[in-house]
Amino acid sequence: MPLLISLKIVPNGEFGLGNPIFSAPSINHWCGTDRLGRDVCIRTLAASGVALQVVFVAVSLAVLVGIPLGLLSGYIGGILDRVLVLLMDTLYTIPVLLLSVVMAFLLGRGILNASIALCVVYIPQYFRLVRNQTSQVKSELYIEAAISMGASPLWVIRKYLLKNVLTSVPVVLTLNAADAVLVLGGLGFLGLGLPENIPEWGSDLNMALVALPTGIWWTAIYPGMAMFVLVLGLSFVGEGLEKLISETSLQD
Amino acid sequence: MATKKELFKYTLSRLALLPIMLWIISSLVFILLRIAPGDPVDAILGTRANEFARESLRMKLGLDKPLINQYLEYINHLLHGNLGISLNTQEPVKVIISRALPASMELAIFAILIASLVGYLIGFLGAVKPEGKIDFWGRLFGIGTYALPPFWAAMLIQIIFAVLLGWLPIGGRLPPGLSPPAPFTGFLLLDSLLNNKIEIFISSFKHLILPSLTLGILLSGIFSRSLRLNLEEVLKKDYIEAAKSRGINETRLLVRHALPNTLLPILTITGLTVSSLIGGALLIEITFSWPGIALGLQEAINQRDYAVVQGIVVVISSLVVVISVVVDIAIAYIDPRVSY
Repeated sequence: MPLLISLKIVPNGEFGLGNPIFSAPSINHWCGTDRLGRDVCIRTLAASGVALQVVFVAVSLAVLVGIPLGLLSGYIGGILDRVLVLLMDTLYTIPVLLLSVVMAFLLGRGILNASIALCVVYIPQYFRLVRNQTSQVKSELYIEAAISMGASPLWVIRKYLLKNVLTSVPVVLTLNAADAVLVLGGLGFLGLGLPENIPEWGSDLNMALVALPTGIWWTAIYPGMAMFVLVLGLSFVGEGLEKLISETSLQD
Repeated sequence: MATKKELFKYTLSRLALLPIMLWIISSLVFILLRIAPGDPVDAILGTRANEFARESLRMKLGLDKPLINQYLEYINHLLHGNLGISLNTQEPVKVIISRALPASMELAIFAILIASLVGYLIGFLGAVKPEGKIDFWGRLFGIGTYALPPFWAAMLIQIIFAVLLGWLPIGGRLPPGLSPPAPFTGFLLLDSLLNNKIEIFISSFKHLILPSLTLGILLSGIFSRSLRLNLEEVLKKDYIEAAKSRGINETRLLVRHALPNTLLPILTITGLTVSSLIGGALLIEITFSWPGIALGLQEAINQRDYAVVQGIVVVISSLVVVISVVVDIAIAYIDPRVSY
């Protein structure tokens, strides 16, 4: 999407000074224009690029933090494990939107800040997933055999645990990405998240809400529809992956 | 089979963890608020305020004391139920929250009623005829309601029923002309009945329909999905086969034999979804300008009112944690098969 913008195929969504404001969908503006005269269609498309970018960074950060912590906690066990589990469980019970609202409120607006606010929400999920599998696999006979033969912890983790643990990550990752799109929209809707000049579905929808009682529906319909389609698509991909992985693991 | 003693032990251990979890939440909120980049004083007064105003605000907020003292004071206040004072309106945060909470709960109760009605109906009909037409649409409904952004769904419903058709009010809890009766329970429906004000009762009920319908339908997807999955699993069990071979008819089999066994897993899932319910509920409240917790939260965010944001987050998260622990314990008591 940023590529399309830079190639001038899709004009930048920020500007619309020459356009009439709140004009209904027409040949010139397929989805109408908003209160600043920006073309809703273009802005909605531009927002999809931004949303994907933020969500991708957020979920990758969560993976990068959650998985090592989970491996460590599951492998070492003991007090460290207990403390981390309690902490993560508590984080996990805090409502997703509320947690990211606090983070976004504190960090302020910005692409990286929004990503961090989102990633905090998903860290506990990877932690739990990886930690539970690690502590399960750890007690298997072949791991004990490897340790008794003098394998170093790092080697055991890399060689045996990581592979076992990683198979279920892609599914959670796509489903989380779907969820993160919704949460990012929620943040934007609350007036948090991305800076005002960056197109974002949630904040566009919040603006549309103000115009809604006067019968202006086009600013409300399209950004939400784009969000709906993206989340739906990501969830289908996630479910497909789940099927694929469970089938291939059955064949093994 | 769990013995009474084990059950008791489990309950105790869960209850013992509860205060620790609450402590973690409140400490977390405190730490986040203090280590966050940006000075709260800057956030409130702006960077151009003069030095005197800044210092006095700093003193008022207690920010001039060492961090550890601030923390101890904060925890001490929390233990006494003191959530601080709003920086914006100077009201105690507790008052703001307790004023807004009944409205949110009214909405949540109606939404859950609608969700269970719609969700269980769809899930049940789907499981009766797996791979049938209803099942297909029911499953699509389940995924679709998950993918719908809550505030967008709310706006669509507003466009259809309030703007285009004009059947129901677009938002709020009462029309501007009507003043609410003296708050007794805070639940407007109950209060108006208690005060014999039928007009207000009808009007507030009309205002409640759209938001609770939106939230209810969004949640019903989770309900229908979990009922469908669980029923399918139960129907594969041996005792169902046995009952079938004894010639018990299909409907009776479903209602008397299979359904009761799906209720526990569903209770578990419902307990787990409380936290996602809250996220959706917050956004729907704002869309319908429903004067609940969420509107208070949004206002506090826009005013950068740290104290109110902190109070609302601590209270809601604590509520969720308490509910999830209670659900866990309830399940352990009802279901003899749960191992712990």
